This record gives sequence, structure tokens and C-alpha cells, in this order.
Amino acid sequence: MTISTETTGVTEAQGIGASPVRPDGTMKVRGEFAYSSDLWHEDMLWGATLRSPHPHARITGVDIAAALAVPGVYAVLTHADVPGVNRYGLEHPDQPVLAEDVVRYQGEPIALVAADHPETARRAMKRIEVGYEVLEPVTDSEAAVAGQGPALHPGGNVVRHVPIRRGEQNVTADVVVTGTYEVGMQDQAFLGPESGLAVPAEDGGVDLYVATQWLHVDQQQIVAALGLPPEKVRLTLAGVGGAFGGREDLSIQVHACLLALHTGKPVKMVYNREESFYGHVHRHPARMYYEHGADRDGRLVYVKAKIYLDGGAYASTTAAVAGNAATLGVGPYDVPNVTVDCWGTYSNNPPCGAMRGFGAVQAAFGYESQMDRLAEACGLDPVEVRLRNAMSEGTVMPTGQVVDSAAPVEELLTRLRAMPLPAERSGELDLRRLPGGVSNTTHGEGVVRGVGYAVGIKNICFSEGFDDYSTARVRLEAVGGEPAATVQTAACEVGQGLVTILQQIIRTELGVEQVTILPMDTSIGSAGSSSASRQTYMTGGAVRAAALKVRAALVAHAARVLGHEHTELSVAGGKVVSRHDGVLADLVDVLDGEAFDETVEWRHRPTEALDPETGQGNAHVQYGFAAHRAVVDVDTELGLVKVVALDCVQDVGKALNPQAVLGQIQGGSAQGLGLAVMEEIQTRGGVIRNPSFTDYLIPTVLDMPPMRIEVLELADPHAPYGLRGVGEPPTISSTPAIVAAIRAATGLALDRVPVRPEHLTGT
Amino acid sequence: MRLNVTVNGERRQADDVWEGESLLYVLRERLGLPGSKNACEQGECGSCTVYLDDVPVCSCLVAAGQAEGREVRTVEGLAEGDALDPVQQSFVDAGAVQCGFCTPGLVVAAHDLLNRVPEPSDEEIREALAGNLCRCTGYEKILDAVRLAAGAR
Ligand code: FES
Ligand code: FES
Repeated sequence: MTISTETTGVTEAQGIGASPVRPDGTMKVRGEFAYSSDLWHEDMLWGATLRSPHPHARITGVDIAAALAVPGVYAVLTHADVPGVNRYGLEHPDQPVLAEDVVRYQGEPIALVAADHPETARRAMKRIEVGYEVLEPVTDSEAAVAGQGPALHPGGNVVRHVPIRRGEQNVTADVVVTGTYEVGMQDQAFLGPESGLAVPAEDGGVDLYVATQWLHVDQQQIVAALGLPPEKVRLTLAGVGGAFGGREDLSIQVHACLLALHTGKPVKMVYNREESFYGHVHRHPARMYYEHGADRDGRLVYVKAKIYLDGGAYASTTAAVAGNAATLGVGPYDVPNVTVDCWGTYSNNPPCGAMRGFGAVQAAFGYESQMDRLAEACGLDPVEVRLRNAMSEGTVMPTGQVVDSAAPVEELLTRLRAMPLPAERSGELDLRRLPGGVSNTTHGEGVVRGVGYAVGIKNICFSEGFDDYSTARVRLEAVGGEPAATVQTAACEVGQGLVTILQQIIRTELGVEQVTILPMDTSIGSAGSSSASRQTYMTGGAVRAAALKVRAALVAHAARVLGHEHTELSVAGGKVVSRHDGVLADLVDVLDGEAFDETVEWRHRPTEALDPETGQGNAHVQYGFAAHRAVVDVDTELGLVKVVALDCVQDVGKALNPQAVLGQIQGGSAQGLGLAVMEEIQTRGGVIRNPSFTDYLIPTVLDMPPMRIEVLELADPHAPYGLRGVGEPPTISSTPAIVAAIRAATGLALDRVPVRPEHLTGT
Repeated sequence: MRLNVTVNGERRQADDVWEGESLLYVLRERLGLPGSKNACEQGECGSCTVYLDDVPVCSCLVAAGQAEGREVRTVEGLAEGDALDPVQQSFVDAGAVQCGFCTPGLVVAAHDLLNRVPEPSDEEIREALAGNLCRCTGYEKILDAVRLAAGAR
């Protein structure tokens, strides 16, 4: 294991590399942490959203009179009440705040109600009369690319086409394997429902408390819709019950503000679980055509792929998701000749956007399935074929980008292969360890075991020339006779533990124990999104940079006060320390009423746009890698799968908080398991058929096997502390590893996830 | 209607309760106890788990009226003042809390398990917590937390 030595300060016991407890942990276990759905205000109203039952329809009329007449109703609003621009969107503002003349997906918001009780609001909603002329839904991505079907938006139904061309385009090879693969529409299924509280302010503005991933991008979209200047729309992060990409787009934000401004009263909105399935974007379903050409030794000569991502009714982040699927489309392999085309398209399916793994998940199911097929065609072991093609530092990506930090694909795989396998089933069998569990569907008869491997790649931080930055303010002063630091950012704590990491960074850099993380709000500059595995890198980087400025000013001050050469001095353990003379003074005495306060806007090194014809360009900041080995037992008669083991090796550059790193790997792997064997939003003609936790299943504690995990720390010299983003890579390789294991157990081809019982029994 | 219920040892009263309200709604919105969570409100996730007369239930499935005259203990009633219950402390120490939205329900479910089975096997822990969804942790550290709490009691 290589350990980064780039730490600039003296390591503190609770600093980076340690696993101190979360500052919000105690409140969370006591039930006292205020999530966005827990907020309450004197005299508040409840907001509700009327949504379209049709995936595609013309609206012929909306009559709100009966709803307004319901006692306890304070407002019923439609698009005519949106004072600013009735369009929003993360990349293209193409989505109405409230539908005008047409609805493009089932669940599209049409009207809002504010009432004194949620039930009053629901009843009033039922009295809103909407006239629809139902239209044929557009649901096929490939047809969209072929230019067929009615255009849902003025520019047609292709959001983005990303071509990647590298090397020879007409090359042939001795061994050719092809496959068509599909990925179902996955849901983030964060547990905390979309919710928030909007409070009208005396200045004519509004204060919004909301669970989100990026306060400033919400604010930008809200002010445009409300027609207010940014200083009149102030956002504060409320407690977030998980995000995983699903809170990057707006949900209740504009709606709650509209109702609050209209009624002059605080308005709370909380979706229930069914509404949540309509209320946020999902993971793009994909259809992918792959062709891999290799020599007889299994060395790749070329990869050709066509990837279709259905973005649903509105653009959201489809363009960026397509960019990822295309640029990462051949996986963590060294491929000399690449022809990839990826399209993100519009349809009348539910809108799709960010979800953990963001385009890399879909592609990985395609390219890893292909690598197993190639192994079989060449008579090679699946790990061996991957080792022969593994990329490494110095590899040229399909975009022409040269990988300039560790890319330990080979090491991940060899370590994974060396891990012990779980014991074979034998003797007295505990039902709970078998497929079907205590449903008592088998005692081991008809159960076969298989082992599968997969490795994945993810870009970390925002790519393709985006001006990606984070803002942080750090203040150091004496409080109650102790040195104390305060950190202010707008970076969203969504559960990942960023608040802990920021404290650790301050302890390491400033040598103080007491670190307060202020509430996240828009009174400071943007921190960017808690997505793309970027927040420890970016806001961690910004906080560290601000802390270093504070430290430099403090040391200069200490040098003056103590009469020492400032190059000699540092801070550690609450003391000012000289390199030669040891401890010189207590920090608190040196501070002596002074405060050091620095704000920094911090950027990662710039990236480039992709060439629109060839897809060439240094588009990514950093690459992250993880590999999984899955062991499954499959009841071939009933088609039930039990994942027996799911082991993982991941390189994290530097584990700032080892416990949190493991938590990310375990949680990310579980979401990959869900996609492999159970999770899919099923649509028919654009209609969601399973919008509940009864019918959309996510893994329970019975579904998740114990995991063996190895964490590598191969420092990236370009990143703060050498760290590599952690959150997404484990979600990427876990799905294809599990499916490979099911294939190994059953001999079935299995070209679609999630794998369902009927795929295994052929019924 | 008027509802009388003992919550965390205190007699409480709520007025103007609509008969369709769940116990969860009354706790969260009328009695100022939002610790029990509302992740699904349809009995599928366990985030709303509370004790009703010492039996853990999904409070989203209990009509408020059914709690009339009975005793409810919520996640807010587990700690003794500043001292966390060992189950709560173990969840913090083991890293079993990420977003924490599942935590109140899991803490109550684990608390109940350890009351019944002081030294549960891994299989018993999994079975007892099978009705509690967590989307963040992959459950591994939740298992660690329950093992830790069993050792601490
Ligand atoms: S909220 Fe009660 S079970 Fe989910
Ligand atoms: S910690 Fe987020 S759902 Fe369990």
C-alpha cells in the first residue's frame, strides 16, 4: 500500500487519516437532526402538486374554481402565476415550472395548492379540472436518433450526440465478439422524501430551507422563475436524507417559493413515496450495441459501440451523462482503435438525469459483459483477459487524454483474485443463506454457484471544460479560552460525511481540536454540487487552501509576537511550534483576541471540451477505479439469486476518513447489487407501473452479503492530499460482477439488467 | 377528534385530529416529535418504527385513533438525558449513520432485538432488521453497530 505523504500540517489525532465520529451523528441517532421534512413554522401552510396522469397530452383547459372554493385552501396556482421565466433546467432550461399547453411525462406538475392541512390540499387538488387531449407517447431512443416520430422539443428529439474516434476506423481483428445490452431505469430511492419550507420575507423575497445537492444552482433557477434578484432568494440546506444524484434537479424549490410569495405565509411541501418517484429524475435506461475485436491472445484491437440513453421528457443532465458514457465507453482498458457513438434523447418517459455513476454505470454493464464474452471466445480466464488489456498510468484514453496519475487496474484485479472465496455450501444449511431465504423455497437442490469479476472507471469532478470551483471560508480565533476554527461553505452534506472531513482537514492544517461547521447556505459563494464524487476533492481542497492562508497569516503574526523566524514556525496540538525549539506558546495566547479569517475560491486544473466530430480532448480531471468479485447462488428452478459474497478493491488515492471510505464502498456496492438483480422503474407507454417501495425493490439487509474490501492509497499528485473521489466507482463495477457470476452459474447470456427470475427460468 | 396518548412517559393530548391521520403524522406534526421518519408512509421501509405498548410497529400504518390511551416510545425516548442508549452510541461509533434517515427506525428495531435476544447471531440480526431499508450504508456498518451494542450491554 502506498501512502500519500503530501500532508502539509502535522497529523492530529482527529485529523485526516483518522475516523472521528460524525459531528451530526449524535443528533441523528437521537432523532433530533432536522431533515427537510421535519421543518415546522408557526402558521405554515401545506403545498401540494397536481400532476399529469398522461405521459403525453395537450392541455385543453384548467379550471381551478372548485378547488379554490374548498375551505382551508389559500391558493391554487398554474403556469399563469409564474412571474418570471416558466422554464428551468440544469443544462438547458427546457422544463416548465408548471405545464402550459402540453405535458411531456406522467407526473409533470400542472398546478399547485396551498392549504391548512395536507389532506385539505389533496382534496382541493382533486377538484382541479384539467382537460386533456391525449397524445401518442414517444418512447424509443433509437427512433429518435433515426429522426422518426414527432418532435417533443423545438430542436428535435436528440439532446446530444457524442462521437469518439480514435485510431483506425476500419480495422479488422481475428476474434470478434458482439452483444446488445440493456440497462433498466434505476431510481436513487433516497429515503428522505423531497421536501422543504419556504418562508416569505419582509423584503419581498423568500427564504427557502431545502434538501438539495447544490444550493447555488437551485438559486439560479429559482430566481429566473420568480423574476427576483439573487439576494432576495436565500437558500439554507435543511437535513438531507440521501441524494445519489436525485436531488440535483429542482423538485419543490420553485413551487414552494411561489406558494409562499403568493399567500404571504410559510409553505411546507413534502412528497410521499409515490410522488417522489414522479418528482425526481432517474438513471437513464440504455440500449448498447458493442463489438470488440481482439487478437487470438485476447488483446483488444478495436472497440465499436453505439449507446442510446433515454433522457425522458426534459434534458436535465442528459448531455453530460452522454459525455461520460461515450468517453468511458470502452472501460478501463487500453484500446488502440475506438469508434463510439452515444446519443442522449428526449421521449415521453420519466425525465432522467444524475444518479451515482452517471453514464459510467450503463457503459460498464456493456463493456464488462463484452470482456467476459471475449474471454470465452479466446479460451481465457475472465481476469486474465482484463489483465492483458488493463490500462495504466500513461495510457492514452479514447479521447486522446493521457492518464497522468495512478490507474492501478492490474493491481485491483490481482488483489481481488487473491482474496479468499467464501466456503462452499455444505452440511446443515441455514435457509437464510440460500436463495429465497426463509420463504423455504429450496434446501439447496437446484442451486448452482458462480463467480464473476468486473472493473470500472469513473471521471471524478466536473468535466468537459466546466468552470468547476468551490468557495470556503475559514476563521480562527480564541473562544472560551480555547483556539477554535469555524468553516463556512455552501457544500451540501447529503449523508456522505463531508462535515466530518472538513473538520479533519482543519485539525490537520491548523492543529486545533474545536472546529465548527456553519450551516450551509447561499450567503457564501458556490461550492458546486455534491455529485461526481467531487466534494471532498473540491470543497476539501477549498477548505484546505483557506486553512493554509489562515495558517500563513497566523504564523507571520506568531513570528512577530514571539520574535522568531516565521519559516521556523508551525501549529500543532493547539500550540505554536518551532522546528528547532519545540513548543513556543499556546496558540490561544498567541491569538490574544486576534481573529484570522480567509475566504478562498478554489479550482481544480482546467479541462477541455470534446471536439464535436472526433471526441478528442483532455476532458476529465481525474479517473477513479474499483473492481468487484461477486459470488452468487442461483436457484435455477425459481430463478432466485442470492449474492453470497461481494468483494471490492478500490484505489482512493488517500483515505481521508477510512471509515467513511468503507461506508461509501459498501453503500455504492449495494446500489450496484440493486441494479443487477432487482431495481427497475418499469414503464409502459411512458407510464410508471411500480411507483412504490412495494413494487420497486431496493436491497435489504438480507440481500447484502458481507464484503471483503481492500483500499489502495496511490496518491494523485494533482489532487489535495493525493485523494481520489470515492463515492461513485463502487456502484459501477458491482452490477456487472454480479451478472457475470450469475452467467457463470447458469450458462445463460443475460444481456439485460436487472436480471429477473424469468430471465433465469426462461418462463 | 381528541387524542390522548402517553409518549415517552409523558401524557400528551392532541386536538382536531382528522381521523385519517396516522400515528406517525400526529407524532411528527402535532406533538413536535419528528424523530420518527416518513420515508414511505406505506409500511415498507421501517423508518417510522416506534414502540406501541412495548411492541415495535410501523407508526405510518397505525391510525392515530388506535393509539388512544396507549403508550408510545419513540427514538426520542431512548436516551437517558445526555447519555445515549448503547444502541444509539454504537450506531455513531460504528459509522452506521450516513444520511441517518433510516437511523431512528433501525435504532428502535435493534433496541427491540437486543431486549429480546441479548446476543443475536448475524442471521438473527439480519432477520430482525429485514424490514428496515437503508439506502446509504449497504448495511455492513449497521450490523457492526448491533454487534457492538450487544457487546456493550
Ligand atoms: S414510513 Fe412507515 S414503513 Fe416507511
Ligand atoms: S443512512 Fe441514509 S438511509 Fe440509512
